[in-house]
Amino acid sequence: MAEHVTLVVNGQRREVDVEPRRLLVEVLREDFGLTGTHVACDTSQCGACTVHMDGQSVKSCTVLAVQADGATVTTIEGLAAGGELHPIQAAFWEKHGLQCGFCTPGMIMSAADLLARVPDPSDQQIRHAIHGNLCRCTGYHNIVAAIREAAVTMHTGSASDSGIVG
Amino acid sequence: MTSLAFDYRRADSVDQALALLAEADPGTKVLAGGHSLLPIMKTRLARPDRLIDIGRLNELRGVNRLGDGGLSIGALTTYSELLANPAITVYGLLADVLPTIGDVQVRNRGTIGGAVAHVDPAADLPACLLVLDAEVVVRSARGGRTIALTSFFEGAFNSVLLPDELITEIRLPAASGDYRSAYRAQEQPASGYALAGAAVVIGRSTGGGGRFDRAAIGITGVGECPYRASAAEQEFLSSGDPAAAAAHATDGVLVASDIHADREYRTALIRVQVRRALEAAIERVG
Repeated sequence: MAEHVTLVVNGQRREVDVEPRRLLVEVLREDFGLTGTHVACDTSQCGACTVHMDGQSVKSCTVLAVQADGATVTTIEGLAAGGELHPIQAAFWEKHGLQCGFCTPGMIMSAADLLARVPDPSDQQIRHAIHGNLCRCTGYHNIVAAIREAAVTMHTGSASDSGIVG
Repeated sequence: MTSLAFDYRRADSVDQALALLAEADPGTKVLAGGHSLLPIMKTRLARPDRLIDIGRLNELRGVNRLGDGGLSIGALTTYSELLANPAITVYGLLADVLPTIGDVQVRNRGTIGGAVAHVDPAADLPACLLVLDAEVVVRSARGGRTIALTSFFEGAFNSVLLPDELITEIRLPAASGDYRSAYRAQEQPASGYALAGAAVVIGRSTGGGGRFDRAAIGITGVGECPYRASAAEQEFLSSGDPAAAAAHATDGVLVASDIHADREYRTALIRVQVRRALEAAIERVG
């Protein structure tokens, strides 16, 4: 039997009837067309499907849509305001924090979760925070540099000008 | 991946959850954070025909100090909430173990009650709760009971919890006297689960003459379910020697053997973890 689910996704109220076994990520991608949230491992290992649910990062492949009923959800599409890249997105661009880009939406959502809790993280804190996000291209080095850069930008409103990657 | 279809019931109160459980058949499972249950439903290792969602029962969330100084931890309290709570991380072994469980996203959803109910043979937290002398408070429509964790686990994914019972609370007795603890584990690198993990609490009563007169050693990843290594505890109490105690870590236990670690290697690994955990505990207070 279908369950009625109401969500606020990226500031917009959405309602949908779902089969209880359907996952939050399936509803986001298939019903709402928000395909920026990726599915890779589908076993809660890789973090590509990371979104924020009521302000906390979660793996949306391991949350049933019915569990999210009433929640406020932010996906990667909800970060950029008015066509301007979010500072974390800009820093990933600037520091070459991606190669194929598949893990990037989840990686950025985890970074946003970290920087909301810890505005000035150490490299160790950054690496601990992205432990649940796998990247098979970059070796993580430039991802850490990008998150560090984003922390500075979000603090001061401007990027550091060292020009040194890593 | 999609699980098999199931009937979904959301409980709006503990009493409603208990009423739903009272009419439960063996195909009914309780859904809390879902981070153990949903993955095995997607791979169809679990095929429940009904889920009772208790995820919104805020009365089961949070940590409270009991009159005797112990702690009452609501079953729905997440790993992240535990990690952020100084009353929890004052226990050295919990400060050790909590940041290593899963990852941020998993810790935001996974609950202490779920960890206890699931009885994963390689989960980290249950071994720690075993050495903290935790008690499991359960309720059913018939009433309630409190079960020592040492008699709660029955085997892999199996406990003494009855089909109509719900875990509502985990209780930890107050830490008293000279009290030292640590958790050390060798993780399987891909899954993060313990190939061999050791939780220890040791202590001296006041006026105990410098000898440790209290030792609890809990082991995960090695047996069918987390267990207390009584022979190792006895050896540590008599000799005070971490390595001598560690040699008894698997006495009377059929050590697991799989593609990640065969029996001989896993036995060696757990001895190292027990020794390291005891050495770390001796060195610190808390």
